[in-house]
Amino acid sequence: MIEIRNLSKAFTLHTQGGTVLPVMERASLSVQPGECVGLIGASGSGKSTLMRMIWGNYLAQDGDIRVAGLDLARATPRQIIALRRGTLGYVSQFLRVVPRVPTLQVVAEPLLTLGISPDVAEARAAALLGRLNIPQRLWSLSPTTFSGGEQQRVNIARGFVHPCPVLLLDEPTASLDATNRAVVLDLILQAKAAGAAILGIFHDEGARATVCDRTVDVTQFTPKAA
Amino acid sequence: MTLISTIAADRPLLHVDNLTKSYGGRVGCADVGFDLWPGEVLGIVGESGSGKSTLLSCLAGHMAPDQGTVVFETASGPRDVLSLSEPERRRLARTDWAYVHQNPRDGLRMGVSAGGNVGERLMAVGARHYGQIREKASDWLGRVEIDTGRIDDRPSAFSGGMQQRLQIARNLVTGPRLVFMDEPTGGLDVSVQARLLDLLRGLVRQMGLSVIIVTHDLAVVRLLADRLMVMKSGRVVEQGLTDQVLDDPQHAYTQLLVSSVLQV
Repeated sequence: MIEIRNLSKAFTLHTQGGTVLPVMERASLSVQPGECVGLIGASGSGKSTLMRMIWGNYLAQDGDIRVAGLDLARATPRQIIALRRGTLGYVSQFLRVVPRVPTLQVVAEPLLTLGISPDVAEARAAALLGRLNIPQRLWSLSPTTFSGGEQQRVNIARGFVHPCPVLLLDEPTASLDATNRAVVLDLILQAKAAGAAILGIFHDEGARATVCDRTVDVTQFTPKAA
Repeated sequence: MTLISTIAADRPLLHVDNLTKSYGGRVGCADVGFDLWPGEVLGIVGESGSGKSTLLSCLAGHMAPDQGTVVFETASGPRDVLSLSEPERRRLARTDWAYVHQNPRDGLRMGVSAGGNVGERLMAVGARHYGQIREKASDWLGRVEIDTGRIDDRPSAFSGGMQQRLQIARNLVTGPRLVFMDEPTGGLDVSVQARLLDLLRGLVRQMGLSVIIVTHDLAVVRLLADRLMVMKSGRVVEQGLTDQVLDDPQHAYTQLLVSSVLQV
């Protein structure tokens, strides 16, 4: 479902004298349906950069990124938007929402954009929030005021509310307590069993061992002597 | 992917090519081209004087560009907007199109009641039954979260945020397909702005609206726009997926713009 070949990327910093920073060279990897692959490598080695190129918010300089048949390195914004709508899911470390929108709506929104009726969408969102131990009295409040761990769980609920066949997870278990960590790992295993292709960054080694079938070290793609 | 192939088959709602407008020797906007698809929100950002509002005015037919084409997919097929007669353009402006001004006073009739402001646009497309017009106006005041008890009050008695929401109700009551917005959240305090953003997102989703929104607020476009166009000195210097342009800007000017935003 994810097929990457010879992917390269450099940043050109025009505001800092046109410095060119090569950050990735000839990266290749693939993820099959029902498989979970973990990205490893030290901070700054390009794990998140690789994820973002697959999500489409970082441009690739060279190479191919194929997700569910679409070549993201050459796709139009419109094709990427369609892919993100129901096929490609991304759980980032940060929650970005319109302030003042209730948590239940934030989580239900991906379903509403797919044309699912509000009743069904809210019921599914509620079930997932309950499973992630977000107290019901918080559902009508905006998550912007929540604690870090609660925001993270709202973000996960939003990412898992629709069963995307391709999932990108950027440290989904960071800042979670043991109970909630187990719930999240369970969600990931469940998505995997349902056939999702998952690419993740897990700093938590226990979590990585539980869900990942194999790991890919991105330092092999880091340009030498930049 | 079946989803992608079905999308590829249909046509854009608005096709713009080589649009240029100058004020004497000064460039308003130059060589602007893009496609807008049904249900898509396009953000246009850039500093003041970069040609954003000129472009919007040309697209909406408020101003005649020097050259270029603007093709709109009407219910009866594609039409070149710039070659429409004035009555045809006006008909389009009150049926398929809507224009939300930065200053609600430019888009409202201040001496007419709130209900009258919404009802007027309905009457302009042929509604004549007073009870139905009032009922629909009342329904729309509710949708933009204005207390329906204020239906007979004039907009001059409303706060700035209420006026802006009333302007949106007046524009959307006839079910347009394309909405032009010029800094719709400018001049509003942040709590009202958040509410307006939520309202707009809901309406885009429920009504399948296409929107072209001009703003200088990058936070607003990140939350609202699917695609982004960055303008400088009348030209489009960069365009693409909103989060791509904001997270991995390619052009020097966009990098400067993104890195200049103050973090809260």
